Amino acid sequence: MLDIRKIPLGALIGLILTSLFLIAAIFAPWIAPYGLGEIVGSVWEPPSSTFLLGTDNLGRDLLSRMIYGARTTIFIAVLATALSFILGSVLGFAAAVIGGWFDTLTSRFVDLMMAIPTLIFALVVLSVLPSNVVTLILVMGLLDATRVYRLSRAVAVDINVMDFVEAAKLRGEGEVWIIFREILPNALSPLVSELGLRFIYAVLFLSALSFLGLGVQPPEADWGGMVKENKDGIVFGIPAALIPAAAIAALAISVNLVADWILNRTTSLKGGRG
Amino acid sequence: MSSPIVKLIAQRIALGVLLLLAVSVLIFVGTQILPGDVAQSILGQSATPQALANLREELGLNDPAYVRYFRWLGGVLTGDLGTALSSGQDIATSIGGRLWNTLFLAFWAAIVSVPLAVILGLLAVRYRNGFVDKLISGLALASTSLPEFFIGYLLVFFFAVKWQIFPGISTVYDGMPFLDRMQAIALPAAALTLVVLAHMMRMTRAAILNVMQSPYIETAELKGLRPFDIIRKHAFPNAIAPIVNVVMLNLAFLIVGVVVVEVIFVYPGMGQYLVDHVSKRDVPVVQAVGLIFAAVYIGLNIIADIAAILANPRLRHPK
Repeated sequence: MLDIRKIPLGALIGLILTSLFLIAAIFAPWIAPYGLGEIVGSVWEPPSSTFLLGTDNLGRDLLSRMIYGARTTIFIAVLATALSFILGSVLGFAAAVIGGWFDTLTSRFVDLMMAIPTLIFALVVLSVLPSNVVTLILVMGLLDATRVYRLSRAVAVDINVMDFVEAAKLRGEGEVWIIFREILPNALSPLVSELGLRFIYAVLFLSALSFLGLGVQPPEADWGGMVKENKDGIVFGIPAALIPAAAIAALAISVNLVADWILNRTTSLKGGRG
Repeated sequence: MSSPIVKLIAQRIALGVLLLLAVSVLIFVGTQILPGDVAQSILGQSATPQALANLREELGLNDPAYVRYFRWLGGVLTGDLGTALSSGQDIATSIGGRLWNTLFLAFWAAIVSVPLAVILGLLAVRYRNGFVDKLISGLALASTSLPEFFIGYLLVFFFAVKWQIFPGISTVYDGMPFLDRMQAIALPAAALTLVVLAHMMRMTRAAILNVMQSPYIETAELKGLRPFDIIRKHAFPNAIAPIVNVVMLNLAFLIVGVVVVEVIFVYPGMGQYLVDHVSKRDVPVVQAVGLIFAAVYIGLNIIADIAAILANPRLRHPK
């Protein structure tokens, strides 16, 4: 069983930070001292007791915007990750179970998608699609699904030849049963640790897109967009843009620590073979 | 040169060309899924139906998609990338200098990062599970979580603003003296190096560790060779293929990093050009630049595979 004293220090820090970010994201309107678009001070004020992190390029409270930004960033990243997992794992399992032309077709298509760098492909597609949150989630989810597909197909191919799957097939179970009742439960542990990594990629990817001005559009703001808004201050020695950038890094590192720990836990359950 | 190697390499190149063709279809299709159309986006919402129809005719938008695809592909193959919708300039001439700028930046980032990553990877294996290894692995884990712009702006904040060693904005122009140019790209090249370094190092470490677990390494250990000699004489030659693979994958990774880094440092390269024209919804430019990025990416992957084929002693000395 999970003993709280046995959690390594790194994982504990990761867990605490991740929960703090999640709490900030969920309860944003109650925590944030000011509103998202509220202009409360002059431009780029340094941190003070009224504005804990200072103000941004329009005189809005940076802390409040960071808290609302956590909400936007995490919301989009979570949905994109969920989409990529559902799509990628179902297709990956199906390819392994059905095999034949279906496997060949999906695998070659995924190879093709992965032959283009993700960011470049996203930019190509975003040049014609309307810029809104739904488009972003769809594009990020679909592009990332290729990676999940690769992993889940590889895992499922191994499981698919095991005796209990063979038994289920001989029993006359359909492909849907095999995928969801035989393979899914046994493929869960590698997929869960991958989930953390894919979430980090989603956060970093979204931030990069927003930083380039192609992600979340104003007046909505995510952390990447806030870096973009405040980047002109850097040359005047105003570190406002570094704060959202550091928040992205902190979120990514803390989720990484948690994912690493889960990976170690699940692999050591197999007697340290992994 | 023996024939199976030549055959394998020829196959790999042919496969790459085929893949590139398929990618060009994908890029073309990717820009055709839009709800509106190009004529509308050029002329804006207030355009008259007659003006729209004229422009569609002029741009050949009334032809079916596959005809337009082959016309585009034919143009690309003969070096004609079309004209930009937003400025009316010839895309191939606009790209020329920028492509060179980007390659210049990526080249210097690679020159610094590749040897550094391989040496650090070797050190991590030599002092495996020791303090150095843990430090290197920890830093690697942290830096894969850092967004490129965090690294970039940290560098700008300290090196350009606080200490004023290097310029924070990388202005380059034709005929710029080499040393000035090097100073201008110092920070972006450093940012790119940091972006790929950790990943490359971690994969190098894994590749060498993999080799280190083979029986002939144990033999070398039992023979009493010094640890560094084992790595240098026995492990490293066998790890070349996986390391070359790692390096190429990361150079490909550099291509993506270059887009963000160029925007951070306002560097006049391909990435900046692409991002500008994505927001202007200038489809011909995006198609052309996207295809070039994809071609470089696929090309690097082919080189990695060929290097792996060449480094494989079983293929070099066929029975």
